[in-house]
Amino acid sequence: MSTEKPRLSGADIFFECLKREGVEVIFGYPGGATLKIYEKLYDIDWLNHVLVRHEQGAAHAAEGYAKATGKVGCVLVTSGPGATNTVTGIADAYMDSVPIVVFTGQVPSHLIGNDAFQEADIVGITRPITKHNFLVRDINELAATIKKAFYIASTGRPGPVVVDLPKDVIMSETEFEYPEEVDIRGYKPKYRGHYNQIKKAAEIISNAKRPLLYVGGGVIMSEGSQELTLLARENNLPVTMTLQGLGAFPGTDPLSLGMLGMHGTFWANQAINNCDVLVSLGARFDDRVTGKVETFATNAYKIHVDIDPTCIDKNVIVDLPIVGDVKHVMAELTAEMVKKPDINEWLNQINSWREQCPLEYEKNDGRLRPEFILEKISEKTNGEAVIVTDVGQHQMWTAQYYKYNHPRSNLTSGGLGTMGFSVPAAIGASFGIKDRPIISISGDGGFQMNLQELITAKAYNLPIKFIIINNSFLGMVRQWQELFHKEKYSFTDLGASNPDFVKVGEAFGIPSSSTDNPAEVDALLDNALAFNDGPILIEFKVVKEDMVFPMVPSGASISEMMVKRLNPNRMI
Amino acid sequence: MKHTITVLVENKFGAFDRVATMFSGKGFNIRSISIGETEISEVSRMTIVTEGEDQIIDQVVKQLNRLIDTIKVIDLTDQYHIERELALITVHYQKGSMEEIKNICDIFRGKIVDINNKTMMIEITGPPEKVDAAVNVIAPFGIKEMARSGTVALRRGEQLNAAKKEYVLTN
Repeated sequence: MSTEKPRLSGADIFFECLKREGVEVIFGYPGGATLKIYEKLYDIDWLNHVLVRHEQGAAHAAEGYAKATGKVGCVLVTSGPGATNTVTGIADAYMDSVPIVVFTGQVPSHLIGNDAFQEADIVGITRPITKHNFLVRDINELAATIKKAFYIASTGRPGPVVVDLPKDVIMSETEFEYPEEVDIRGYKPKYRGHYNQIKKAAEIISNAKRPLLYVGGGVIMSEGSQELTLLARENNLPVTMTLQGLGAFPGTDPLSLGMLGMHGTFWANQAINNCDVLVSLGARFDDRVTGKVETFATNAYKIHVDIDPTCIDKNVIVDLPIVGDVKHVMAELTAEMVKKPDINEWLNQINSWREQCPLEYEKNDGRLRPEFILEKISEKTNGEAVIVTDVGQHQMWTAQYYKYNHPRSNLTSGGLGTMGFSVPAAIGASFGIKDRPIISISGDGGFQMNLQELITAKAYNLPIKFIIINNSFLGMVRQWQELFHKEKYSFTDLGASNPDFVKVGEAFGIPSSSTDNPAEVDALLDNALAFNDGPILIEFKVVKEDMVFPMVPSGASISEMMVKRLNPNRMI
Repeated sequence: MKHTITVLVENKFGAFDRVATMFSGKGFNIRSISIGETEISEVSRMTIVTEGEDQIIDQVVKQLNRLIDTIKVIDLTDQYHIERELALITVHYQKGSMEEIKNICDIFRGKIVDINNKTMMIEITGPPEKVDAAVNVIAPFGIKEMARSGTVALRRGEQLNAAKKEYVLTN
């Protein structure tokens, strides 16, 4: 036996590995299978373990932390139900390419497969929703496996990795050695785009008459916002962003067309339909963006830059694919541009669409409207806040009205569309971001899906502004019911059964207020933004019947936008 | 169109399941799938026969490549390659039909590997189309049971040399 290397328990090795990976915070909940880890954790002072109140909250918190900081988010839960409770968060991270590593306890190796107490085959369950997952079957593989988990989660197209830790592996001992490097022969992400392809793309963009940059979350993940801004501004290229792409390019820049797609701006969607060169940068032609694919940007020469080859030609067949890290490719594109394309006419055309059909809502009837609140939040924070939304109408209004100035400021569940994301994700973000306000925005439905985490925010005294846009309905579903399902408001009316949100907030020790008066919005928001001694909650009781417009009906071409309600006075 | 794809995967717990899960999760067809050892102990070879339009096959190959445990994916369809399948067929016979079945078996270069007074078991090996043909001819006699291995396939030697060490399985 070597005397040079120390013998450590699996639990000690676990923490040594986290330390070497630079992990500062881990979101978790203890249980039987992880007792040994928590025993060691008791004496560890360098790691901030955040006790959540439900494992789903831990997974979303890790996502919020990862999205806000770009670092890997970490989760530690027990076996069985502890592990299965993280599944929604893992699926969410998979859809939105968020780097998280989820450590799950597991029953002892000899009991695996025996239907042991709190046993679940979490590796089997999470196989289709992880980038990769591991069951550690031998303590001698533990350190290398953790190293691989962080490497896989954070490189290439990021994503969630699950590491399942049987109790006996955690309890046994071995010599500890942390591998210096990772080499996985089946996994070699390609960062540099093909030079000739990039050169060709630059030529085509240079000669375009009506070019358009279509930007997705990949630009933010690759830390490519500066490169994007340079590419767009130097060449006068208009930029439209997906939901996940918002923040990659300043929303206040005249070249920003805002969001495209189902609830995108009229002018962004018109630009898609009329552009002659479409440059997709770290986006994946999602169905909420393209509408009917057969009619999506039919006139355009399509260039697609993505680090994940499976994204190319998946939904839309493109003319020029470039596989590589979008940050590098954009830098090279900028360098290879032959000339600044002559596109004043195109920009004028876009501006006329902008004037033809602006984002608008009723301002003069004295009733509180969600769009007004979001516009106010955008103004008051100057686009500098970290906005964490839930899923539904308020999410789309936020995307339309909040003018993000920075990347990693828009944390939202895009791909999976997970209600209950906002509250825990905001908690996670607040462990990574200390110098900017963190605002959690939820609807009354989604807020109730993870409101147990309010106490986590309180316990750690996190200065999060929890905003509830309460329209007493599952608003987005209600909108579809009104438009497409014969106005059968089936089980979407929460009005009578909603709790008193102020009392809810107060029960968790959080100062809470509520209003339905537009005149009070300023004061309430100013007060919340000035309040830094822990969380604060505001419920805005808004009109029930507002719908998100413009809208492309599901499966329709994005040229067929509904820009406003046919009968604006209709009440429900 | 039918495609034969060969996949080298890490011979690890769950590697087969990852491939199968990917196919079912993405809604891709599998006509046959086989897995076995290779010349390298920690690597297994899967042969997958699938079908679909070019865009689907492109996705199948990319999605297979995307799995962490896959080392190399090759669509053999447009390359010189050899495909083989093995079938075991238990067929009913009577006195009068025995000779005929034996003749069919000879024509397909099959072997009779088991016999009792009601049934005999035939082993047929060859390209999947040949096995299909044999099964069609034998079927009228009354197949009691059949087991097919699924296709295994390899690129032909000269192509492998010309491919300039397309994959290296060291380290």
